[in-house]
Amino acid sequence: MSTATASPTLPAVTPGGDDGPLVEYRFIRWHLAAAGVSILITMVAGFLYSLQFLGYYPFSGSALSPGHIRLIHTNFAAYGFLVNGFTGMTYYVIPRLTGYRVWSKKLGYFIFFAWQAILLFAFLGYLFDKAQAIEWGETPTGFRPGTFELNWVPVDLLVAVGAVCVILQFMVPLYKARRQRYYVTLWYFTAGYIWLALTYLMGNIIPEWVLPGTAGAAVTGLFIHDLVGLYVTPMGWGLMYFFVPLILKKPIWSHSLSVIGFWALAFFYPMGGVHHFLISPIPDYVEFGAISTTIAIEVVVTTVVVNFFMTLKGKYSTLRTSIPIRWFYAGAIYYFITCLQCSFHTTWRFQKIIHFTDWVPGHAHMIMYGTFSFWLFGVIDWLWPRVTKREWASNSLRSWHFWLSTLGITIMFLTLTMSGLIHGFMQRELNPWMDIIDMSVPFWYVRTFAGGLMLSGLMCGLWNMWRTAHHDVPYVEEEHYASDALDPAPTGAA
Amino acid sequence: MERFHTVFFAAGLGCFALAFILCLIFPWMSLKKYHGMDYAGWDEITRAERITPEFHQLAERYPEAFAQSFGEVGPESYREALQLGRDLYVGQACWHCHSQFVRVVSNEEQRFGKPSNAQEYQNVLNQPHLWGTRRVGPDLTREGGKRPNDWHVAHFIQPKNVTPGSVMPSYHYWFEADGTPKKEGFAIISYIQWLGSDRVYRDTHPEEFDVD
Ligand code: HEC
Ligand code: HEM
Repeated sequence: MSTATASPTLPAVTPGGDDGPLVEYRFIRWHLAAAGVSILITMVAGFLYSLQFLGYYPFSGSALSPGHIRLIHTNFAAYGFLVNGFTGMTYYVIPRLTGYRVWSKKLGYFIFFAWQAILLFAFLGYLFDKAQAIEWGETPTGFRPGTFELNWVPVDLLVAVGAVCVILQFMVPLYKARRQRYYVTLWYFTAGYIWLALTYLMGNIIPEWVLPGTAGAAVTGLFIHDLVGLYVTPMGWGLMYFFVPLILKKPIWSHSLSVIGFWALAFFYPMGGVHHFLISPIPDYVEFGAISTTIAIEVVVTTVVVNFFMTLKGKYSTLRTSIPIRWFYAGAIYYFITCLQCSFHTTWRFQKIIHFTDWVPGHAHMIMYGTFSFWLFGVIDWLWPRVTKREWASNSLRSWHFWLSTLGITIMFLTLTMSGLIHGFMQRELNPWMDIIDMSVPFWYVRTFAGGLMLSGLMCGLWNMWRTAHHDVPYVEEEHYASDALDPAPTGAA
Repeated sequence: MERFHTVFFAAGLGCFALAFILCLIFPWMSLKKYHGMDYAGWDEITRAERITPEFHQLAERYPEAFAQSFGEVGPESYREALQLGRDLYVGQACWHCHSQFVRVVSNEEQRFGKPSNAQEYQNVLNQPHLWGTRRVGPDLTREGGKRPNDWHVAHFIQPKNVTPGSVMPSYHYWFEADGTPKKEGFAIISYIQWLGSDRVYRDTHPEEFDVD
């Protein structure tokens, strides 16, 4: 492997002979704005749901019941915030890395509106009890297996169509660039989008239509895991490998390590799915397989995190000067902690105690918020001035967003981990169930407080995005990023 | 190694397919081999002798309201009630607060009852399964028959009145002001009382339940 591809190279606008700009800024702007709205909905929903645990839940009707709010919370985090955010970011990254424009502008409009319609119909579906019994895939099916009478908009189907459109949109430039050598980010994105479609289809079809019960559970486990591991993770790693060297103006530390990371992810990650249902009626050898590959993943993650930090070496001062870098590296630290946690709590010894307790939401928030959302906030922070062509309205709001979020997630993680451990032991010691609840309440107060911090941080961020889009201090692109032809394109065969 | 087609086929499709075989096809084959895995469809679940005593009791306790919602007790009405009950259980995300499998560890056998096995979930009401990954409230796999209907009525209307300090939401909108269940109320209670999915299983495999 040559080191020629060790930094994201931005080839000249190109061959294809198309006119018009290489990057469609409008789609980025729209998707990032939609991501902003979605994360607001996610966090308001999470905050409201946490009030239920304290006895202060404000609504009493069926539509706005706590259960519905919880569905909205987790699904908007995944399909609203992360998918919109990653899609917006891909509109920037893929054309700049391949030198080809995305497939079609019309398709871009279609994807954007179709996706927001999906979110809307899913949202309304949850309010009227239309959820599907697949964790993280609760998007309504719209009809019952066996019959084809619609009882709701078939959101699952729309998501499948949407995913195929997204694949076409981004695979076409990738295909056109097939003669080039791919920078590692492109590998991650290629695989990530294919996996998204496959995972979604597998998870929504098999347990619902083909295999009931236990065998279906193995698939839903795989689905929950693959959505995180095969879509969110490759998008996140790809993003880091692109933006970090770009902002630091230096190549990543080791290209080989990033390639090893890629193949190890592709190989080990999908096999860990069953670790969501350990010590269950699923056959033990499948569980052992899941446990060992989950631990193997920890090795992979270590190589990736080492690569990130070695890249930062010698440039530590950027942590002070660049807010995106601060988001990225705070996320990387949380990432390492969460994955280390994984390799322990996937074992039966830990599972006995911590499964079913608050430990798990503690872990889920650390990874989804502390890592992937942080990385996406970093990207938004970097892209927003460029896509709106305006300077950030306020630098202190940017800092507030970062610090409140960091403080909030740290507190939330600690409090949930503690109450989870106590819950686990009390459960084992056969304490009455209500004692467990009474024990947890003080911790839940702390969680709501932490959620309040995170939510106020987010408000700072969104308010700043809004103000930036509406004031008129133009953004002047730094010389370094202005040119499409930053480095010579890595042409030639491998 | 660094080209489009390699990434697309080797990583994207190949590794995914491998995982699919190892995590899905293999376990399914061995479950089939060692447990038989007879599938219980609606006809099986709603056979007259399988209808829970609690379903009959609901019809006796609230004759008019029950007749209005479901008519006579029988396989059709039972099926309708179970289906609606399950839909509500899914739609209201009960399964994000209650699990539906008992593990062999953490003394769960003493707290909840016999550990779950694969065959129990081989029926239409577990398609997809509702195992859940979080227990804010207790496991419900063995809930059927554990509490009387009246307890459930009072509990769903306001959990706090029955279990002080409970954080379970109130589902008062499934009941009239005087506590008579509406259609949804009947349905969710029928489903909860069905939930000893082992009850179905217990009939056919009594020998496994003589542990204590
Ligand atoms: C916010 C979490 C939460 C949600 C949502 C929730 N529950 Fe509960 N549930 C609890 C807690 C906590 C308890 C234990 C305290 C109590 O008895 O109220 C409980 C207890 C129960 C019990 C009594 C178990 C026993 O035998 O002691 C049943 C039955 C039950 N829930 C059914 C349901 C159903 C059906 C739904 C959905 C319509 C539901 N729960 C939704 C938290 C929840
Ligand atoms: C205001 C901040 C937030 C609050 C107060 C909050 C609160 C909650 C609560 C109360 C739960 C249910 C936990 C349980 O079942 O016991 C939950 C679950 C979850 N939240 Fe949040 N949340 C917040 C932000 C977020 C964000 C930003 C994300 C992701 C981007 C997120 C992702 C999730 C996920 C994935 C789960 C499911 C966890 C599981 O099933 O174990 N949350 N959240």
